[in-house]
Amino acid sequence: MTAAIELIGITKRFPGVIANDDVNLTVEKGEIHAICGENGAGKSTLMKILYGMQPADEGRMLVNGEEVNFSTPNDAIDRGIGMVHQHFMLADQLTVLENIILGAEPTNGGVIKFKEAEAHLAKVAADYGLTIDPNDMIESLEVGERQRVEIIKVLYRGAEILILDEPTAVLVPQEVEALFDNMRELKAAGSTIIFIDHKLDEVLEISDSITVLRHGKTVASMPNEGVTAHDLAELMVGSELPTPETSESTVTSTVALDVREVTVADEDGRNVVENINFQIHKGEILGIAGVEGNGQSELIDAIIGTADIRQGAMSLLGTDISNMSVRKRRELGIAYVPEDRHVEGLMLDAPLWENAALGHQTQSPYGSRWLINRDGARTQTELIKEEFDVRTPNIDVSAHALSGGNQQKLIIGRELTSNPSLLIAAHPTRGIDVGAQAAVWEQIRTARANGLATLLISADLDELIGLSDTIVVMLRGRLVARLAPEDVTPRDLGAYMTGAATQNSDEAA
Amino acid sequence: MRKLLFALAAPVGAFVLTIIISSIALWMFGSNPFSAYGDMLGHAAKLETQVDILNRATPLYISAVAAAIGFRMNLFNIGVEGQYLFAFLIAAQVGSLVVLPQVFHILLIMTVAVLVGAAYAGIAGVLKVTRGVNEVISTIMLNAIAITGLIALLQQRWQADQENFTSTTLGTNPIPESGLIPNINGIVEIFTRDIGQGKQLTGMLIVAILVGLAYHFLLTRMRFGFDLRASGANPFAARAGGIPPKRMVVAAMVLSGAAAGLIGLVELNEKAKFSPNPIKGLGFAGIAVALLGRNNPGGMVFAALLFAFLDVSAGILQNTQAATKEIVNIMQGIVLLVAVIAYGVTARIQSREEAKATAEALRATEGMEVAT
Ligand SMILES: Nc1ncnc2c1ncn2[C@@H]1O[C@H](COP(=O)(O)OP(=O)(O)OP(=O)(O)O)[C@@H](O)[C@H]1O
Ligand SMILES: [Mg+2]
Repeated sequence: MTAAIELIGITKRFPGVIANDDVNLTVEKGEIHAICGENGAGKSTLMKILYGMQPADEGRMLVNGEEVNFSTPNDAIDRGIGMVHQHFMLADQLTVLENIILGAEPTNGGVIKFKEAEAHLAKVAADYGLTIDPNDMIESLEVGERQRVEIIKVLYRGAEILILDEPTAVLVPQEVEALFDNMRELKAAGSTIIFIDHKLDEVLEISDSITVLRHGKTVASMPNEGVTAHDLAELMVGSELPTPETSESTVTSTVALDVREVTVADEDGRNVVENINFQIHKGEILGIAGVEGNGQSELIDAIIGTADIRQGAMSLLGTDISNMSVRKRRELGIAYVPEDRHVEGLMLDAPLWENAALGHQTQSPYGSRWLINRDGARTQTELIKEEFDVRTPNIDVSAHALSGGNQQKLIIGRELTSNPSLLIAAHPTRGIDVGAQAAVWEQIRTARANGLATLLISADLDELIGLSDTIVVMLRGRLVARLAPEDVTPRDLGAYMTGAATQNSDEAA
Repeated sequence: MRKLLFALAAPVGAFVLTIIISSIALWMFGSNPFSAYGDMLGHAAKLETQVDILNRATPLYISAVAAAIGFRMNLFNIGVEGQYLFAFLIAAQVGSLVVLPQVFHILLIMTVAVLVGAAYAGIAGVLKVTRGVNEVISTIMLNAIAITGLIALLQQRWQADQENFTSTTLGTNPIPESGLIPNINGIVEIFTRDIGQGKQLTGMLIVAILVGLAYHFLLTRMRFGFDLRASGANPFAARAGGIPPKRMVVAAMVLSGAAAGLIGLVELNEKAKFSPNPIKGLGFAGIAVALLGRNNPGGMVFAALLFAFLDVSAGILQNTQAATKEIVNIMQGIVLLVAVIAYGVTARIQSREEAKATAEALRATEGMEVAT
């Protein structure tokens, strides 16, 4: 049987970097093939080449045994290849159906044939066992559902070979399970799937074969059988698999962040955060568990100052911050790692050193009230690059030239080196490889030992349990449980998150 | 060296291509491209023409800076046109009412012009942040209100000689000598012969240079400039980084309008009044110059000079009948289009070349780590 995909000797160079160096990859028909490797190893680049988004400098590609030459994604789609990017590309204000046909509308003399499209969509969904309501608005969907729309969109165009770039990074465990079920269905229906993932247990659970990239080269390609997470970590970064475990407690009695009876309303005036109370002490990490969309983002916005609160009060180290501008709060020592690095984190077209200054440009060493200190900013960026292992040829490249994980490391570095008193971290290690993840955890723990108060949100429940001193569960805008990480398992947490388990309200408050 | 080569590739490539396309255009209009170019260059070689070019480039450059301030944060201030004309009228009227020691008089007129431009542009900024009105729409409307409304009305009231006006007495009352920035012929004449034909090199040239330097300093050294660029690069990240989005919109509009206010002072200093038919279109031309100069303080200098050269060439083409004068507008359009394309192409080639160079360097030091 001919392989679905065969990449031979693919080489791709960027300024200062060889992203792919003579890479070979063979993906058999009907298998689920995982691609692993540390940040910047060249995984996304290889997939973009396969999908016709970027031309390779050297090498050949065979699809179903035939030599191909893609210059645009449309060429790849014609060959039955579809890709779902880590950053979804859906229009919020359109329905599922409209999004799916967007760009390939079946028309009849300029009129879109919605009926026909809907019928075709229903058939595709049924064939692959995927459920979705075509008339839902995208903005009303949860992350896992949006991802399903992206997958269906690709299938709708006739893709038989699917590329998923870090599909699980944005999902909570239940959604990951749902995704894996979908992937099994797709496989049963004859599709071939290539996917990228940093979580090794997930890779081992779902894949049939695994290819490991390192420094742009293929270092191993093997069937799943008998491989352990330990082996994979060894191949990827040459070190042991780390586990997130907090050392002895460093919680002090000084309150850093005090949130009292805070209520936040959305644009329609609905309370999305309701009457929330909690304190974070110096040296404490407070983890918030919750299914996305239960008010966590709005709570963070309120603390950082990008959203107004309707009721309540917040103070940081005794200073009332309820009505302070974002900038004042930042200057007071609030550091922020946003949930989506491309939205609130980076200026993708600006050089790294300017990105490092963002959010701290009014403070030393980046600048002052009036002026920017270029030399100071550059020196500090070099320091972040070294200390947080940001892999880049230099600090003048644009942020978009960094791999996803390295962008994340830059943001973590920028926030932790700003000497904050409160860190708000949403999914801090999202997209970061296992080796670098351990380093980031270590950095957070060191800061915690030095008195940093941290508010942690993470879809990775192991991370949440491992790092937090206290865990609270958020459901429909309220805190519904307060748990000690020592005696809680991811499974328990999941039950609280969905409301299957409850605590009485005194305990939670 | 290589870097310089690439920096020059786009403008040079654009230039060559523009010449080719313009020649075709000229030829299609039945003119001889070579004689047209010959006339243009011969004309521009004269000192007096160069003074004309600088006098034209000065307001174009200030106008480009005004537009560029907005562009840097993705704000489209289409209202530079209305802002400068309105500021021009008010400044001319205020200047004509007083007699002050020269420095104060000049500063007063400048201040009025800057404040009026800033305030008028500020309206669009405030409308955007309070009512969500798109600034393109509001500035276009404000242009109409200023030009066909306010200016026409006020001009009538302030007509110099209400009873028996002739074409020469039209406009606001003349500004006394003390309110005018002297010409800077003297500075040029140190290096060259005397400027003839009664041509005067505008003192506003110095102001334009200062504006350019200030713009450069703002963008590269000042925190406000950083905030401005960050807001343009990613408004969400900027906001999370403590940059107040609404205040930035108003501030950028106000600053853009302040620069716009200076544009009309070139003509004010030349004619000592607001004449009934002031030079129009400088606001829109500034947008084109900003585009061609890529909002870059240095780039816009060249762009302004090029546009001014073409504008000034219109007259000579008509005089010598080498070509119709409209050809210069066509050439301005061509150069703009070609430049936009050329920038894109060279950026791509440059990135590819750099990648190749990296690969060669790495091959030379075989065994080094590759992906760091
Ligand atoms: N457009 C670009 N310009 C310059 N360099 C780039 C560009 N895209 C990627 N690179 C570089 O190529 C290398 C490989 O990047 P790639 O995105 O493929 O990594 P990755 O394996 O997907 O990493 P991650 O796990 O962090 O997502 C990195 O060093 C990156 O900096
Ligand atoms: Mg990637």
